[in-house]
Amino acid sequence: MDLGYLLQQLINGLILGSMYALVAIGFSMIYGIVKLINFAHGDIVMIGAFTTLALMETAGLPFPLVASCVLFTGCAMGILIERTSFRPMRGAPQVTGFIASLGVSIMIQNFGILTLSAQPRNFSFPDYMQTMLNLGPASFRVVDLVIFLTAIVLMVTLMFLVKKTKLGMAMRATAENIDVARMMGININKTIMATFAIGSGLAGIAGLMWGGKFGQIDPLMGFVPGLKSFVAAVIGGVGSIPGAILGGFILGFSEVLFVGLLPPIYSSYRDAFVFGTLIIILIILPNGLLGKDMEDRV
Amino acid sequence: MKINRPLYSLAIMILFLIVFAILMKNMANDYILSIVSFTGINIMLAVSLNLTNGFTGLFSLGHPAFMAIGGYITALLTFSIEKKPLFLPDLPQWMVPVHLPFFPALLVGGCCAACVALILGMSVLRLKGHYLAVATIGFLIIVQVFLNNADSITRGPLGLNGLTDFTNIYWVTGWVIVTIYICWKIKFSSLGRSMLSVREDEMAANALGVNLFYTRNFALAVGAFFAGIAGGLWGHLITAVTPNSFSLIMSFNIVVMVVVGGTGSITGSITAAIIFTLAYECFKPLEENFGIYGVGEIVMSLILILILIFRPSGMFGADEPAFVLGKYKHHNFN
Repeated sequence: MDLGYLLQQLINGLILGSMYALVAIGFSMIYGIVKLINFAHGDIVMIGAFTTLALMETAGLPFPLVASCVLFTGCAMGILIERTSFRPMRGAPQVTGFIASLGVSIMIQNFGILTLSAQPRNFSFPDYMQTMLNLGPASFRVVDLVIFLTAIVLMVTLMFLVKKTKLGMAMRATAENIDVARMMGININKTIMATFAIGSGLAGIAGLMWGGKFGQIDPLMGFVPGLKSFVAAVIGGVGSIPGAILGGFILGFSEVLFVGLLPPIYSSYRDAFVFGTLIIILIILPNGLLGKDMEDRV
Repeated sequence: MKINRPLYSLAIMILFLIVFAILMKNMANDYILSIVSFTGINIMLAVSLNLTNGFTGLFSLGHPAFMAIGGYITALLTFSIEKKPLFLPDLPQWMVPVHLPFFPALLVGGCCAACVALILGMSVLRLKGHYLAVATIGFLIIVQVFLNNADSITRGPLGLNGLTDFTNIYWVTGWVIVTIYICWKIKFSSLGRSMLSVREDEMAANALGVNLFYTRNFALAVGAFFAGIAGGLWGHLITAVTPNSFSLIMSFNIVVMVVVGGTGSITGSITAAIIFTLAYECFKPLEENFGIYGVGEIVMSLILILILIFRPSGMFGADEPAFVLGKYKHHNFN
């Protein structure tokens, strides 16, 4: 166990963590505002990845253009899903929305299988993004650096948006109390739509990164990363954006270290480890690290 | 004079099932028999999940995990002793000579699933609503990971195949009747009413002396027992158990049956299970002939979303329909 190996694992954890964090932010924002665990969120990651594949490999657009297109595709999908499935059943019991989101997720996955076939596709970024960089004993590709920097930029922008702008204020007010926010003259429908759009846009970008990092995509790729990002959101405290970022990085690091430091026979148990952690955290720390207390409704 | 209509309805339903099974056995071909058996197993799954999700309001998505536990244990127990060393060379020594006939093996599988459910329930049942749902998904994935990796017992992703096809229409019908009978009895008993009260308002139920912990664990464990049995029947019907068959898609399909039938309505679960299984079997040849894989699931989820939007209480709502209950009302039972 030398230092270089450890450093390499930490870099991997950082990249995986920033992807989890981006998806977890969306989970957390949507949960914070409409109290809905949106299972279809993971499938927007898949849509983002396939959009990237289409634009970059087939159309050959430059990277910044591709990234912004993917962002907008994600936003559009988020709005579409919210408008068609979740808005008609707003106000129904929480579990109703949850089942519906599972339905939307399965629909998107199977639509993907139907139109794109279930075969995994290879995904490669242009050569200049595959160049290796060295940092002491560890090395990483340019694309890894781009993933990490994009994630950081997006997170900072989002924090600014939520803290300083009028839209962000409206979102926070709606998350606090939806009825009072409506009485204060906030357009609830628009605010919720904007939340879905922002969260889904970030998930789309995470899909671009996922493809760049692992090099293979298929219509069912989004589900498990989506669930894991939900675990990240729970670790940080569902509803809190800084919590989602923190949870994403914690999950990324611990998953990479679990695989990297334990003997290889355990590495295939990584998903069991992640979801075991989820159950334990839900039981002993249901509000997560940075979440607010949920009072018991009588 | 009081007429106990629910009991008569139940008796008629059971009689009908028995006659139907005998008729089917003598008249239908193997293909139709297997579809009928699948329908029966789905009825078991939907009705038993209704006990957990519908009556008690514990939203569990872990039903296939209990199915998997029951299915694998039954399969290991009925596996012939001569074939065991060939198929599973690394099986722990004490498990090699263990062999049971089909019926006790099913019971052991169901009981093991129920025990696992009790252990799970003691820890996760304090969670509410969709947090519980996510925890049960986590449990389902953990079970899948173990089935995929515990090679010495489960043969990993290959699964156990070449099981004897014990399951026939009589076994399925028998177990469907037992499942419906027990769930029906539970629903119209004081235990069933305490389950409903837990679903409606757990604080009030607790204040009135309903033991939340006991009621919830009981509902989860009974649901898991029947899921385990259904898993065993299912494995011996298609003569194989693989980790990937007990997936979240299966969980979703069972939940769709419960929701579309009406959470809490046994009649609804049965009807929805029949409709969806038959619809699914109709889609299968379509998908294979035209290469349009996934259409069945798309239609299923579309129906689900439309039902949730336009008729959130499902086909029959939370209770049995009038033609089953007659003038019977819940509140003047005594």
